[in-house]
Amino acid sequence: MRPELKKWLTPGALLAATMCAVVFLWSTPFLWMLIASFRPDAGGGLGMASLFPDFTPTLQSYRYAIEDGYWPLWFLNSTILVTGTLIVQLVTISLAGYAFARIRFPGKEAIFYIFLLQLMLAPPVLIVPNLTTLVHLGLYDSLIGVMAPYWGSAFGTFLMRQTFRSIPKDFEEAAIIDGASWWQVLRHVLIPLSLPGLTAFSIVSVVYHWNEFLWPLMVINDPDKMVLTVGLVSFAQGAEGASDWGLIAAGTLFIMAPLFIAFTAFQRQFVNSFMSSGVK
Amino acid sequence: MHEPARKAPRSVRSAQPYLLLLPAFLCLAAFTYWPMLQVLLASLTDKKRVGDSGAFVGAENYFRIFQDAHFLGALGNNALYAAGTVIPSVLFGFLFALTLRETTNLSAILRSILFFPTLVPLVGAAAIFIFVFMPDIGLLDYYLAKLGISATNWLGNPDLALVSLMALTTWKNAGYYMLFFLAGLQGVPQDAEEAAKIEGANWLQRLYFVIIPMLGPTFAFVLVIALISAVSQIDHVIVMTDGGPNNATNLLLYYIYQQAHEFYDLGKATAATVVTLIALLTLSFLSLRTVERKVHYET
Repeated sequence: MRPELKKWLTPGALLAATMCAVVFLWSTPFLWMLIASFRPDAGGGLGMASLFPDFTPTLQSYRYAIEDGYWPLWFLNSTILVTGTLIVQLVTISLAGYAFARIRFPGKEAIFYIFLLQLMLAPPVLIVPNLTTLVHLGLYDSLIGVMAPYWGSAFGTFLMRQTFRSIPKDFEEAAIIDGASWWQVLRHVLIPLSLPGLTAFSIVSVVYHWNEFLWPLMVINDPDKMVLTVGLVSFAQGAEGASDWGLIAAGTLFIMAPLFIAFTAFQRQFVNSFMSSGVK
Repeated sequence: MHEPARKAPRSVRSAQPYLLLLPAFLCLAAFTYWPMLQVLLASLTDKKRVGDSGAFVGAENYFRIFQDAHFLGALGNNALYAAGTVIPSVLFGFLFALTLRETTNLSAILRSILFFPTLVPLVGAAAIFIFVFMPDIGLLDYYLAKLGISATNWLGNPDLALVSLMALTTWKNAGYYMLFFLAGLQGVPQDAEEAAKIEGANWLQRLYFVIIPMLGPTFAFVLVIALISAVSQIDHVIVMTDGGPNNATNLLLYYIYQQAHEFYDLGKATAATVVTLIALLTLSFLSLRTVERKVHYET
């Protein structure tokens, strides 16, 4: 072996090369999707799977995708869903988190465990009884009905409890001496100091509800209230019949775009938020 | 501030924490605890539809599902699917974190790419993977053909369809679990590893005796969320296979969904929900306890 080659062939370099290869393999579905969406005349030929962009890129698939789907409507509904879920969640988890973090009261531990149990009962498993509840409440086939089950988040409550507990009590005590009520303390002292926790929760919540499929599929019947994920599936099933893979790739990129742009812009916050979804 | 009259009466103040918990608790109660009770009660009656007042039939619905080949199949498939997704995705997540532990420009980029699938909706990933798994012209077969491997009907073959779904789930979740292991690895004290190094432990020994034991809580936690996801995520089944071919990819939640939505058999749907919840809770507790007992760590 030549000496200069030997110098480069360290275990670290080998590991880096292996990881690059693995990550490349991992990313091939994305790469393919990106390339297929720009491929002209994408109608299911043999070269369709090629990862080499050996063509002049065209926006044809995007144009057809825009014409074929009700994207503005679906985007609007998904945005309403995600925002409506998050705003109520932020209120309920801040109040409950404050109670658990700062107030002593009888039964606190028992109530805390009741909240804890919810984390292990995956809500999607309860689709059948929850649908019944929605029918009784008159919320079936409404976006409110899709949001309601998530308004009290056990995960969010824990996250806010941890966040509030990490804030030194001195700040509040100073405010209380100045005559502030609990509400003023929460609103003007604790909440502004908890923005990292609230941001973390917001990112996880938005990603989860933007991407959720089964529950909105079951609750919503009216095509005017369809959300993006449900819309994408009906759109993709049509395009699949025509084996128009470029069209499916373009549609999937539409629905992914907002989260990807946000992720690229706020990478650190995203990573920290998802790590905090492991709060114990 | 100095006027005591402004303070609320004592009874109101002692109710305050409960009032603060009320909004969150009401939602949890209405959509987690009440439905649990409801599903348990409904599983003991013969009501066929939502809103019916069925007669009490005892454990009959449970007998019915345990005699239903489709339910038993779904139970078996889900056990296989859980093993075949939890183990590889947790393992990949751990290995990715281990190899990309040090922060360099390159490792930051690689971590981001591995994390990308977490942000993709499962239905979007499923739509793309239908093409990945297409026989002959799909991404997988196209490149396997260049290695001389002939066309495979990944989603159409009952022996391969579930494995294909496992591959998709592993691809989608490993990067998410990597984050938890990265966070866990930050908590492994440098001097513990240094000490082991000085004592002459090679990297495998350091991994086995120092790093893995200290990551015990992380493993326990990731195991539980991976398990929950293996039971509660079926979007890809709906989009890619509809439980087929020949029920090979029928999972518990898909079975419940079908009974409720297509066959309107509320008895079977609710009994299957109860069985699923019991299995999920038992497995979660067991994995938390086993992992925590096997591992010594200080907090």
